[in-house]
This record gives sequence, structure tokens and C-alpha cells, in this order.
Amino acid sequence: MAKNNTLDFEKPIYELESKIEEMRQYEGDLDIKDEISKLESKVFSLKKSIFDNLTRWQRVQLARHPERPYTLDYINMMTTDFIELHGDRHYGDDKAIVGGLAKLDGQKVMIIGHQKGRDTKSNVYRNFGMPNPEGYRKALRLMKLAEKFNIPVITLLDTPGAFPGLEAEERGQAEAIAKNLFEMSKLRVPIIIVIIGEGASGGALGIGVGDRILMLENTWYSVISPESCSSILWRSWDYKEQAAEALKLTAPDLLEQKIIDRIIPEPLGGAHKNYNQIADTLKSILLEELADLMKIKPDKLVQNRLEKFGAMGVFEE
Amino acid sequence: MVWFKRSKHNISPDSKKLDMPDGQWIKCESCSEIIHNKQLELNHWVCLKCNYHFRIGSKEYINLLFDKGTFRETDKKMKSGDPLKFEDTKKYNERINSTIKKSDLMDAVKTGTGKIKNQKVSFACMDFKFIGGSMGSVVGEKIARAIDRGYKEKIPVIVISQSGGARMMEGAFSLMQMAKTSARLARLAEAKLPFISVMTDPTTGGVTASYSMLGDINIAEPNALIGFAGPRVIKQTIGKDLPKGFQRSEFLQEKGFLDFIVDRKDLRDKIALLIEYFADEK
Ligand SMILES: [Zn+2]
Repeated sequence: MAKNNTLDFEKPIYELESKIEEMRQYEGDLDIKDEISKLESKVFSLKKSIFDNLTRWQRVQLARHPERPYTLDYINMMTTDFIELHGDRHYGDDKAIVGGLAKLDGQKVMIIGHQKGRDTKSNVYRNFGMPNPEGYRKALRLMKLAEKFNIPVITLLDTPGAFPGLEAEERGQAEAIAKNLFEMSKLRVPIIIVIIGEGASGGALGIGVGDRILMLENTWYSVISPESCSSILWRSWDYKEQAAEALKLTAPDLLEQKIIDRIIPEPLGGAHKNYNQIADTLKSILLEELADLMKIKPDKLVQNRLEKFGAMGVFEE
Repeated sequence: MVWFKRSKHNISPDSKKLDMPDGQWIKCESCSEIIHNKQLELNHWVCLKCNYHFRIGSKEYINLLFDKGTFRETDKKMKSGDPLKFEDTKKYNERINSTIKKSDLMDAVKTGTGKIKNQKVSFACMDFKFIGGSMGSVVGEKIARAIDRGYKEKIPVIVISQSGGARMMEGAFSLMQMAKTSARLARLAEAKLPFISVMTDPTTGGVTASYSMLGDINIAEPNALIGFAGPRVIKQTIGKDLPKGFQRSEFLQEKGFLDFIVDRKDLRDKIALLIEYFADEK
């Protein structure tokens, strides 16, 4: 892992790891095997204690980790025969949302997700994973296509938000998201939602209505980002940690709030620490959930979905 | 286009106090005309000189739209929970309680049924003065139930929006209200029952990106701010001033997202006529 991607709270781990690295260079000359293995087990328990006690803000940082697997990584690792499908047939092809037909252990799926870039150039190309209206309209086109040919839909959510730009407003960002919520709620094939990174507000929900909502362990999903929440409610950008705590936006929080159905465990240290492991875990869970959902008749599926979202909310009367 | 002038004032919830005693004179925020309170009320809180639409609340819209004495409020007592025990500079439950006291409203939407020119409708109207008209669980649930009432009684649904978006203090619960209300509208549409969405100043964020934009007919009052992202955020993103009239009703109609813009004095007639068009003749 590149040192410049080290998060603050990970520093003690890297300090120990680099110490071990140093010692290894003298391993041939000195008898320090025991020392090294002692340190290694110390690293492990340190990692464990750090990652078992992450604050909400730390999880937000992990969700945004620049080395985290993105939608196309998961597609490459989990599926075969992927055919990417482009464009909304109205305006253009949004690079911040990708999608297409793929096979998951032979099971046909329509897989759609937000796509971030990995460096400056690809981030500009992907608009940092912030879709314009045509991204949502492309996603809807693919979902309707899937419905037509009775193919289940999987969406992977990872966006800092729908793009707040001038043209996005002109082309109806709000209408595009609203339309997706409306259409997804009555789509007659199974839909599985997976939050793989950042689930920021309407920009995430715009491809986030489905029958199962799964969250990777170190992701966040809420109505607003901690930074924006801080700037609005505290009138300063400095309260993002407090805002993250207040928003209760992590996977365990959302499971407790009964908004999501399941948490997908990540490798120790985060999904980026072991691409194959997280892809395998996700794939097997998706297959398991799909098998369940595909037994349900379309009418019932749609009715269940309506009730699922209908039950979300807390009020007194 | 005189109504593009007042761009800075329309976000503050306190900027347009209408609960003034009789005999008060009010200054139009757009053209500075001094108008008598009573005269303004008779003109549905629209400036007689420049047609500026003052912001009004659910109580005024109910009086404006419904046949006298026909409106019955529903879910009157529904009150916000505090599922996250949210606290910023203030505790959310304290914020709720003090807003209830101050505004004489239970939350940012009022719902009910009533007759418009003798045609029964299910109705919801938002109030910006309740925490910026923000949508949390109560707003989502009451709107969903209003839609269901339309579905069950086979009557049209009308929603007047006035909101800064989803309510932060209920986190993901607020977000999910967008999906909840949209799903109910999808069921209403399958049953071929009309939904008329009226957008007033302002309608932004998660409210615009759910039920507000999903009308069979989308209507707005003149010069209402309507959009997904707020103008301030967009300005920050693009690093430029926004063009005049951007995200105003006239702009949205021009871009194809509104069926028409309606002066407040014509709102009742227009809605009644639409309902008549969509009525099942069988
Ligand atoms: Zn005036």
C-alpha cells in the first residue's frame, strides 16, 4: 500500500509494519525470528483493535479510500461475459454510472453502478462518480431492458452525490432521480442494492430502490455527507466528525435502523486490502440472495418492495 | 421580468411573516410597493403591482382551494420521533418541540381530504416555516398516506410542495421517504388515478427529486425556486454566478419540466378543471 494513502488512524499500524520490514533486513545476520513474530502478532492485534473500534468518521474515510475497489473492479472480479451498455438514448453516455449484462456463476444479471476514477485524469473522466441526469436515465433504460427479458438487477452504490452542476439542473437532475425511484419501485424483476463505498443522498438512492439492501462493512449511507451537514447545521466545515456521529450513517447503524438487510464483512483493514476476498464474499452473498428472490412472483416482489420502504420511518401518533 | 430581482431573500424562513395584525402595511419584497394587509389577503398574498407571490402556508392554501367547510384534516397528531437522538448545536427533539410551539404546526406537511368545486380530492400541503419544510419520517408518512387515501377512495391526489429538501436530523430515514412516497405514487399511477403536483417557492432537494417531479401534471407558482441542488452549492461547484432566472419556474417550464405556471388566483380553477378532465366518465 502506498504510504501517502495511509489514513491517520492507521499510522500506528504502518509504523510497526515498517519496523518489522527493517528488522527483516537483518534477519540473516541476527537471530531475531522470535522478535519479528512477536511484533507480527502485535500488528495483528493492533489492527484488530483499531478496526473493531472505528469511529463513524473513520469508516467514512475508509469508504472513500482511493484504493477501494469500484464498480468495474467488482464486475471484472465477480462476473464473466460482461457487455457494457452505454447511453441513455436521449442525451449522452454518463461515465459516472456504468452498467451492462453480465454472468454471475452463469446467472444472467444486469449490473449497474456508480463509477469513480482512480487518479486525476480518470476522476475527471468519471466526474468523481457524480452522475448527471443522463446517468440515471441510462440506469433506468438498462433496468427496463432487464425487466423486459426477465433478468435480475444488481446495483452498486458509490457516489459522493449527484452532480450539483448548472447543466445537470437544466436537464432535470431531480426529475431523473424521481423517475428512477418511481420506476424501480415497480420493476418486475428482483433488484439487489449494494453500497460498496459512499451512499450520498439522492445521488445514491437514484439507483438504490430494491428488494435487498446490502452494505459493505466500511461504507456510509445517509441523506447528506458529514461535511455538508457540518457546514449547514454547525455553519462550519470543522464539525464533520460530530456530524458523522450524529447522522449514524454506518452499516451497523443502518442495520439497527432496519434500513438495510445485511452487512457484508470486509477483509481486516478494509475492502482494498484484499480485492479477491471481498469480491468472493460479495459474489457468494449475491448468489444466495438472488436465489431467494427469484422464487418470488413479480406481483409479490413489487408488493414486498412497496411494504419494505413503507415501513421505513419513525414517528409518534 | 421584475420577479427575478429578489434572489437573495427567499431562503430565510422568517423573511415573510404573514401573521400580522389587521391594519398592518406590508412592503412587497420585489417592487417595494406598500400594501395593506387586508388588501394583500384578498389578493391571495400576491402583490397587486408586480404579481410577486408572497410565501403562504398550508392554512392559506386550504382556504384558497377547498369548498367552504369541506376540508377534513388527517393524521393531525402525527409527530416526529427522534430515531437518531440527533444533536447538532441543538437537540433535534427540542428543535421539534419549539418549532411546534412557534409555528402552530405539528410538522412540515398538512394532509386531508376535501372538495374542490364539489370534487373530492386527497390533499397534502407543505409548510416551509416548519424547519424549512424539510422532509423527515412524518412528512414522508403523511404524504404516503395521502396518496393511499387517493388510491383507496379512487380520488385524485394533490400535493403542494414547499421545501428545502430532506431533513438532515433523521439521516437515512429522511432519505428513504423519497423512495417510500415515490413507490406509493407508482401504485397510484397503476390504478390510473391522477396526481397533480404544485411546486411553490422553494421546492428543492429530496422533495423535488421524489414526489414533486412525479405529477401527471407538474405545476408551479410564478418565480418559485425549483431544483435539486441549491443555488449556493451550484455556484460553489462551477465557481461562477448563476444566470438570471436560473432554477425559477419559468426556467423549468422552458427546459420542459413543468406543464404550466399558474398565478395563485387561478390555482383553484385550474386544478378543478384538470380533475374534471381526468375523471372517470364510466
Ligand atoms: Zn410587488
